[in-house]
Amino acid sequence: MSAFTSLLLRDMRIAVRVGGGALMGALFFLIVVTMMPFAIGPDLGLLARIGPAILWLGALLASLLALDRLFANDLDDGSLDLLMMGSMPLELAVAAKAIAHWLTTCLPLVVITPVLGLMLNVEMHAMGWVSLTLLAGTPALTFIGLIGAALSVTLRRGGLLLAVLVLPLTVPVLIFGVAAANAAIVGPAPFGPPFTILCALSLASFVLGPVAAAAALRHGLE
Amino acid sequence: MQLTGDNLTCQRGGRTVFSGLYFSLSGGEAMMVVGRNGAGKSSLLRMIAGLICISAGRLDLSGGEADATLAEQAHYLGHQDALKPSLSVIENLRFWADFLGAAGATLEPALAAVDLTPLAYMPAAYLSAGQKRRLSIARLIAAKRPLWLLDEPTSALDVQSQDRLAGLMRSHLAGGGMIMAATHGPIGLENARELRVGPE
Repeated sequence: MSAFTSLLLRDMRIAVRVGGGALMGALFFLIVVTMMPFAIGPDLGLLARIGPAILWLGALLASLLALDRLFANDLDDGSLDLLMMGSMPLELAVAAKAIAHWLTTCLPLVVITPVLGLMLNVEMHAMGWVSLTLLAGTPALTFIGLIGAALSVTLRRGGLLLAVLVLPLTVPVLIFGVAAANAAIVGPAPFGPPFTILCALSLASFVLGPVAAAAALRHGLE
Repeated sequence: MQLTGDNLTCQRGGRTVFSGLYFSLSGGEAMMVVGRNGAGKSSLLRMIAGLICISAGRLDLSGGEADATLAEQAHYLGHQDALKPSLSVIENLRFWADFLGAAGATLEPALAAVDLTPLAYMPAAYLSAGQKRRLSIARLIAAKRPLWLLDEPTSALDVQSQDRLAGLMRSHLAGGGMIMAATHGPIGLENARELRVGPE
């Protein structure tokens, strides 16, 4: 097995075992979305209108939840030293970790979104669109968050700093994600442009995130 | 194969840890890095492993693989064991063997060499400190790299395990490998040279 796939599989295995954070994000998402109707009240029309925005916001916060441990665990047990000594470039190793994180944390969010939409009175066909925008947009959240995780790795309790660093950068993703979802559900703006920009944000962060994160890790370990 | 350090200087947090350090190590040789606490023994090993940057001077490895960096030809055994508690012994070892460039290697000899074969399917969380140490030593056997950088390799090991480690080190040297070990006491290598870091 190549170094890339072995690191990917190792991180996924750790995430789904005892003490791993795989379902933490999905549970947090579930709780946030469940509490929302209690706070807003039983106005079904209002819920349906702001439902996509709530789902996006919940997914954004949930995807950041486990991100601060992405490198911190490896730093604590010395694995990070050895990851830097592999013959695979650190950028690829970092990308493998991020993909594993996306598969175990963000993909479950996308999968349970249609079920949670029921609580927000979002129609079934609309849920498909919201899920699609989440599928296209959450990689951007993970790969932007990756940079923050690498920057805050040597700090104790870097979780809050991570959120402060990363959340402003995720604003475009949030805007175009919700815009695409709303365009698909209520119109009248076309779905194509915001969705294409969302995909572009994901692809750009997929390329830039690992490079920036690897540079941050190299610098931070001195 | 030869590793040379030329006028090495290490600065950490604005303080000069050591400076003007020269050494040379050939294939089949072992070197004990000795010195007081804080003299920079661990820093020297981490520097060779490429984990902290060289403030001044240069490090050279000649006669190794031409397209691999020094760090890619070295094993680093630090104070931490780099094991994941939720993975089993064999999964931990399999991952590091794959990652460090020995994909698909058979792991049974490496596990047997550190006497962990009976525990192969036990989660690493249940291992004792000495067993964790032995598992991280198995990594050095499973993936072949010519230079071993060992930081206090005998810590947490019982007498039998120390003897076994000495045997592994001897066979690594016999195969033309190099060992650099930071240590406060003897680790069972008779003709190892000594490199003193910092003041006497």
